Amino acid sequence: MKFSGLIWAAVYRKPIRSSLTLGSLFVAFLLFGLLHSVSVAFTQGVDFAGVDRLIVAPKYSIIDDIPLNYQRRIAGVDGVELIAYRSWFGGTYQNNKQFFSRWPVPPKEFLDIYPEFIIADEQREAFISTRTGAIVGRDVATAFDLKVGDRMPLIPNIWMNKDNGPWVFDLVGIFDGADESVDTNQMFMSYDFFDEYRTQSQGGVGTFVVRITDPDRTAAIAAEIDAMFANSSDETKTTTEKAYNQMFANQLGDIGFIMTGILSAVFFTILLLTGNTMAQAIRERIPELAILKTVGFSNVTVLILVLCESLLIALLGCIPGLLVASMLMPALSGAVPFFGDVQMTPLIYIQGILLALALGVIVGLPPAVRAMKLNIVDALGEHAA
Amino acid sequence: MSDTLIEVSNVSKIYQRGKMDVPVLESLNLTVDQGDFLALMGPSGSGKTTLLNLIGGLDVPTSGSIRIGSENIDQLSQGQLATWRSRNVGFVFQFYNLLPVLTASKNVELPLLLTGLSGKERKKRAQAALSVVGLEDRANHRPAELSGGQEQRVAIARAIVSDPELLVCDEPTGDLDRTTADEILELIQLLNKDYGKTVLMVTHDPKAADHASHSLHLDKGRLIEAQPA
Ligand SMILES: Nc1ncnc2c1ncn2[C@@H]1O[C@H](COP(=O)(O)OP(=O)(O)OP(=O)(O)O)[C@@H](O)[C@H]1O
Ligand SMILES: [Mg+2]
Repeated sequence: MKFSGLIWAAVYRKPIRSSLTLGSLFVAFLLFGLLHSVSVAFTQGVDFAGVDRLIVAPKYSIIDDIPLNYQRRIAGVDGVELIAYRSWFGGTYQNNKQFFSRWPVPPKEFLDIYPEFIIADEQREAFISTRTGAIVGRDVATAFDLKVGDRMPLIPNIWMNKDNGPWVFDLVGIFDGADESVDTNQMFMSYDFFDEYRTQSQGGVGTFVVRITDPDRTAAIAAEIDAMFANSSDETKTTTEKAYNQMFANQLGDIGFIMTGILSAVFFTILLLTGNTMAQAIRERIPELAILKTVGFSNVTVLILVLCESLLIALLGCIPGLLVASMLMPALSGAVPFFGDVQMTPLIYIQGILLALALGVIVGLPPAVRAMKLNIVDALGEHAA
Repeated sequence: MSDTLIEVSNVSKIYQRGKMDVPVLESLNLTVDQGDFLALMGPSGSGKTTLLNLIGGLDVPTSGSIRIGSENIDQLSQGQLATWRSRNVGFVFQFYNLLPVLTASKNVELPLLLTGLSGKERKKRAQAALSVVGLEDRANHRPAELSGGQEQRVAIARAIVSDPELLVCDEPTGDLDRTTADEILELIQLLNKDYGKTVLMVTHDPKAADHASHSLHLDKGRLIEAQPA
């Protein structure tokens, strides 16, 4: 459009001021992209559709245990095909230079239920038959230069053993992920050894993992399991893996609420900042706007020009901010594993751009209306005054 | 025998300042012939700018009528008046009011943005207007890179780029030194003589008035023929 030159000219009229405004908008939209994605991931409801694995967790707190003997009763629920469990081991390995999660599990059932952990048959057999056996994912093996046959001493910080010393596991296998999304920064060890050798809480597990035969009945099965243990001393909450991971993170704080809170504060500040800048930019240009009107620009044209200027600035800050956020997203997901698959969905882009447009209008409208109402005679007189 | 271009009949202008009425012009009559170069003088506050703004269609009279050519501009709506201005009047002010980030050429083009002309045609016409004011070699300079006199020339080029019949100048040399002022006045005179523009110029400077074909004095809202100097 032929007025675009005029609008651009308005933007780089004061390059330093415009850069500062654009910089703060860029940061605001970068945060929007990152935080809103996290918030969306955490506030969407539990989606049972097409899910064939469920997590049975303690209802009230992730650090509670549930009794291992629930296993038999869960297995009895119609539609439950396989069942395994795991506990959180904690501990430290070597200099702790790369943290990885460690889980005591029943080797056979666990590997059956998680076919995405790819492991050679003989290593799998060794894991099942070795009492002190453990396997690690490729990430861990690479980070610590481990090979099958190594011994891995872990210093306990939750679970003391009966010798009150380090736990020593024999590395009998190294697994890969079936695809990129599988977390191989983990270690699994035999639950039986762990349970016998620890000094307390015997017979408890952190969570059960259940595979079901009919993904259409997931929600019903989840409800049935929880109903079975309702009003017992160890009530359960059965949900999808994704929802469980989010619940886990949410125990650290209401993530969705925190993210929304931060974003609201950021955008409130941005609103005041850019609002003030726009108002000032228009105030400085009153004689110029008067000239536009003098040579025949209508009031509405002037209104639109100022609004477009404000929208342009908002979009110039928004679009790079969202793009950089999407580039940083994999790093964010990787840095905080239980965030899981946080993504910049197309909806988040659309919401970001709508937010920018709304910001542009809210910030641009008052000065635009002022420019529209500007009386030529008064404005020209102001200059001389 | 010349045609009348401007006919101001019985025009009054009363400004409102708070609750107070400030009468500036009272039942004023004025005719200006096509091709005339009229200088308007008078003490500060006498209403010269007010009259000029009314004739240029920047403001509307409280009562009375103003006809320019075939148009009764006091009858036009704000929007119609804006369109009318863009086609029929060129404005030159004491302060040049150029857009600082635009080049001279882009500044001159501004009024043409409202026409259906192509970018190429707009540029061509801006270039032509700049050569009339003798600044064809400064087309790509920004206002900050020009002298005051050159800036005023750019403003004059902007005023004539859409080829209006009437040129309205409010103290066009008020901010310039003598030599530069004379050059600008010669330019305006040239636009009047060679390009046939009807010029209405407000000035405090009797020497400037000498460039006009005749002068009028405005005092306390009334017009008096200038006494021969
Ligand atoms: N927008 C306005 N509102 C109220 N009063 C105004 C307005 N514009 C002008 N006036 C008053 O009208 C009178 C005439 O003003 P005008 O600007 O026409 O004078 P002028 O002859 O151009 O003066 P100068 O030589 O100083 O430019 C002055 O008393 C001025 O204060
Ligand atoms: Mg004046």
